[in-house]
Amino acid sequence: MAYTVPRPKLTFREKLYLPAVAAGLAITIKHLKNMLLGRTKVVMQYPEEKWDSHMPPHYRGAPTLVRDDDRERCVACQLCEFICPPRAIKITPGEIPSASKSEKVEKFPLEFDIDMIRCIYCGLCEEVCPEQAIFLRKDYAITGLSRAEMVHNKKKLYELGGTMHGLVNKWNEKK
Amino acid sequence: MNDFLGIDWFFLATSLAKTLGIIFLVVLPMVSYTVYAERRISALIQDRLGPNRTGIPFTNIHMEGLGQPIADAVKFLLKEDLTPAHVNTFYFWLAPCLAMAPSLLTLSVIPFGSWLFGVPMVIANVNIGILFVFAIASLSVYGIVLAGWSSNSKYSFLGGVRSTSQMISYELSLGLSVIPLFLLLGKLNLVDIVDYQARNGWLLLPLWGEGLTLRRWLLLIPLLISFVVFTISIFAETNRLPFDLPEAETELVAGYHTEYSSMKFALFFLGEYAAMITGSSLIVTLFLGGWHLPIPWWSSGAGFHFALVDGAAPGIPGILGGLFNIATFFGKVAVLLAFFIWVRWTLPRFRYDQLMRLGWIFFFEIALVNIFLTAGILFYLP
Amino acid sequence: MSAPQMLNVQINGEWKQFPKGTRVIEACAQAGSYIPRYCYHPKLTSPGNCRMCLIEMGMPKMGPDRKPELGPDGRPVINWIPRPQISCAQDVAEGMGIRTDSPMAQECRRGVMEFLLINHPLDCPICDQAGECKLQEFSVEYGNGGSRFLEHKVKKPKKVAVGPRVTLDAERCVLCSRCIRFMKEVPQDDVLGFVDRGSYSTIAAHPNRQLDSNYSLNTVDICPVGALTSTDFRFKMRVWFLKETKSFCTSCATGCNTVIGSRQEVVYRQTPRENNEVNSVWMCDYGRLNFHYLHSERRLSRPAVKGEAAAWPAAIAKAAAELRSVPANEVAIIASGSMTNEELWLTKKLASVLNITLHDIVPHIEKGDDLLLSADRNPNTAGAKLLGVSSSKLAEIAQGVESGRIRVLLVLGEDAAGISLAKLKSLVTVGLLPSAATEKASVFLPSAGFAEKRGSMINVKGRLQRLNQAIQPPGEARDDWEILRDLIQAVSGANGVYAIEEVFRQMAEATPALAGLSLSKIGDLGVQLKLE
Ligand code: SF4
Ligand code: SF4
Ligand code: SF4
Ligand code: SF4
Ligand code: FES
Repeated sequence: MAYTVPRPKLTFREKLYLPAVAAGLAITIKHLKNMLLGRTKVVMQYPEEKWDSHMPPHYRGAPTLVRDDDRERCVACQLCEFICPPRAIKITPGEIPSASKSEKVEKFPLEFDIDMIRCIYCGLCEEVCPEQAIFLRKDYAITGLSRAEMVHNKKKLYELGGTMHGLVNKWNEKK
Repeated sequence: MNDFLGIDWFFLATSLAKTLGIIFLVVLPMVSYTVYAERRISALIQDRLGPNRTGIPFTNIHMEGLGQPIADAVKFLLKEDLTPAHVNTFYFWLAPCLAMAPSLLTLSVIPFGSWLFGVPMVIANVNIGILFVFAIASLSVYGIVLAGWSSNSKYSFLGGVRSTSQMISYELSLGLSVIPLFLLLGKLNLVDIVDYQARNGWLLLPLWGEGLTLRRWLLLIPLLISFVVFTISIFAETNRLPFDLPEAETELVAGYHTEYSSMKFALFFLGEYAAMITGSSLIVTLFLGGWHLPIPWWSSGAGFHFALVDGAAPGIPGILGGLFNIATFFGKVAVLLAFFIWVRWTLPRFRYDQLMRLGWIFFFEIALVNIFLTAGILFYLP
Repeated sequence: MSAPQMLNVQINGEWKQFPKGTRVIEACAQAGSYIPRYCYHPKLTSPGNCRMCLIEMGMPKMGPDRKPELGPDGRPVINWIPRPQISCAQDVAEGMGIRTDSPMAQECRRGVMEFLLINHPLDCPICDQAGECKLQEFSVEYGNGGSRFLEHKVKKPKKVAVGPRVTLDAERCVLCSRCIRFMKEVPQDDVLGFVDRGSYSTIAAHPNRQLDSNYSLNTVDICPVGALTSTDFRFKMRVWFLKETKSFCTSCATGCNTVIGSRQEVVYRQTPRENNEVNSVWMCDYGRLNFHYLHSERRLSRPAVKGEAAAWPAAIAKAAAELRSVPANEVAIIASGSMTNEELWLTKKLASVLNITLHDIVPHIEKGDDLLLSADRNPNTAGAKLLGVSSSKLAEIAQGVESGRIRVLLVLGEDAAGISLAKLKSLVTVGLLPSAATEKASVFLPSAGFAEKRGSMINVKGRLQRLNQAIQPPGEARDDWEILRDLIQAVSGANGVYAIEEVFRQMAEATPALAGLSLSKIGDLGVQLKLE
């Protein structure tokens, strides 16, 4: 249904427009003045100054894979691949060989690629992971010289992610 | 010697020197640094810092980002020059040149100084200066229209159409608003106009010479109106915010130059800023005394008065005076450019119907009434 | 046959009519109240052992005159049974009352769900059934959010190869016995059963036996949970990524209806699709798994002239030139019974354009069974017969080729069929995989597999069915009908056929048995043709 927005009735002074223009100009020049006098707090000068030490624990940097002491946490359930809005994740699942110590887990990612050109650092993969295997760590300056270099493979993801303990007890013997 | 083959070689050489000097030593650097200034000032207005890093390459010397325009120019030159497959190539290439040329041409009749080494500091001292300006300035619309049309893209096309109607509308008030000036002076020559202001007070600052008469003070009212209308129309003519509808990013991506890249895009960019410089120069020349700066002086003979720095004087003082006048002129232009930028980062864009209404219903009428007002004053106080 | 007797049944307060013999669980589903179930399967007997389908039920209250008492609305008053009843093993009866969502029914479901889950492992992240698991679905809909179970869960064998193609995870089993009943009732190979009791009750194969029937993978389909999973599909892809394309199996003349599950141009599995005229809801393991050759590393995907990769136009031109290089009676065509009707029709057309009279398909007869698998392993023998491509001249062709009388041979989608090709002047082959014929080929043209193209085929019972395209052919390989169309164009000029619908239309116009049909009219379930 069409809805007509009521237009405000303007006084003559407002209709002249010029006072408002002058007021606007005054505001902008005030900001300029304050900047010039150094009264405004400005943004950080990035490569020289860094925010790293102030980063909160929940900071959402690059997604990484973490391992437990003796096993990969990811079981290649592909939920992160499913949830990832820009489809940055690509997983090839595989079966853990019977001889392995973590045989009980049965499944692991043969390949795990995150395309960091696509990733939007939304953190949904971390949120959806039933195994607490994927975490957004604090790395934010992800650069590369080629597209291929920007695809983080499993090795790189574990390198960035490191080891975590506890949290998931499901694969321990009794449970 | 000066008359070899019937050609005034001295005139030719000096004109050439002035042209090249103005374009390459003054206008182009000025354009680049206006862009830089725009970025810095806009940043400051928005509580940011703006480009403050590009300095001398391979060193850590930042020079507050003064190297940025040069880096930008290099980037524009090196970028891939893309001509989309669906465009009309000939006009597509022609348009950027047409966008840049008129602004530079206009500058040729503007006196940017008094005299230097006995040479008048104007490239072409023509009798119909202001008419020449209007004639050439209206050509700049061709660049935009052609760009819009030949790009074969809806955004460009809309930008081109908007630009045409906007320019045509505001040229009207632009032309009408300066008529009071010429009613007063009876001349179209820009050099004479500046000379008159130097001797008899700027049109907006009648503080000496003839300027102290009641007539000039009464005329200040219509001239002030002229000044306001003229300045606003210049904003519209140069497509600057709040009149930047031809390239309104939020609606048209980039308007008429959506399809342009690399140096062709840069030419549009330069054209826009060159037009700003030309516009400012015109305002300075017509209303703000051109190259003239009154120096308050006291001498026992004349008492308190404003001294005229004259480049025509002989010897070193003349040369210094001439240089001082040139500096004055570009100083005033720079102040106006800053004003342009300041306005841009303050005001939002008009809606298209508002823009047309403003042009046709207000400024056109005001300028017209203003002419009668001036004529009346001049009739009763000849 | 007279219309079945209609019975009045009250479901959730509304009176509805159902034919006599309808199961209560089906009647409720028809009335719009789906009842969760594990053990019930419409094609199998109902043991009623999972108790998931509990409802509240009642029968009409009888007056002293043995007539139902009528309520104010003129309907029988219902005497509700105070205990829950299972709905899967009962037929509807006149005046029956059913409540599917009463507090008692809801309470029962929640209770059954909780019991089913106490020993269930938290395997969903690694369980292939996740995403199509009834336990997951009903747990979300009817279960509790958490578990009250504090003791240790019962451990059962995991990752057991109960058969060559089926993996069992006994912990996930909900003991519904569907798999047992299927093996007993359908392939009649009673190999599965329960061992142990109570919480330790486990599904297992008979000692010294394996679940190795050619129908074993159907147990994976009907297993409502992830207890039985396909070893072939195990850990390959999550089911929610699979694009489902309705198609049919081309591994024998039965043509079981299937769903092809593919993702990003890779086929991951085939599952049977219900079609009571063809395959009920089953299919055989042989056909189900017979798709891996599509992604074989040996797959040929570039046209070749004398073994050298060539561009399509050059290869087509060369092939056409070869076919015309000798008189028509020295050319023969060996076509395939796994070609679609459209391709066979164009083959026939190519033959008539070139005046070739020697053409036949290669029969593939192997051992069939009396369930689904047909002895004829060509999916479209009937089509080849109908369109006149098969002609029982294969022996003549073989003899001609071997004697050197036939000098140019066109082989479509077949191997050399044991014929010695040594004396041929040139050989044009269209196919997917390298074989004796492709090795010798003067011109090889790569074509599309059954999941990579559209088209129709006629099964052994004369049912016209439709293939739908699930994935793109690899590399430069092209649809077979396009290759044949291009060959015809190269020998006889343009014919303006640009879509497979157009081929079907021409074929239907010229073939009385197909009159009035089109690819879209075939539909998902096929059309029965009247073939003489
Ligand atoms: S952070 Fe978001 S975008 Fe990046 S990989 Fe995870 S889900 Fe995808
Ligand atoms: S959601 Fe977690 S466990 Fe599943 S594939 Fe992603 S990282 Fe692995
Ligand atoms: S059977 Fe179902 S509920 Fe059990 S682990 Fe597999 S997906 Fe999960
Ligand atoms: S293995 Fe599956 S089909 Fe067989 S009894 Fe267990 S849950 Fe039912
Ligand atoms: S479905 Fe009725 S008892 Fe299992």
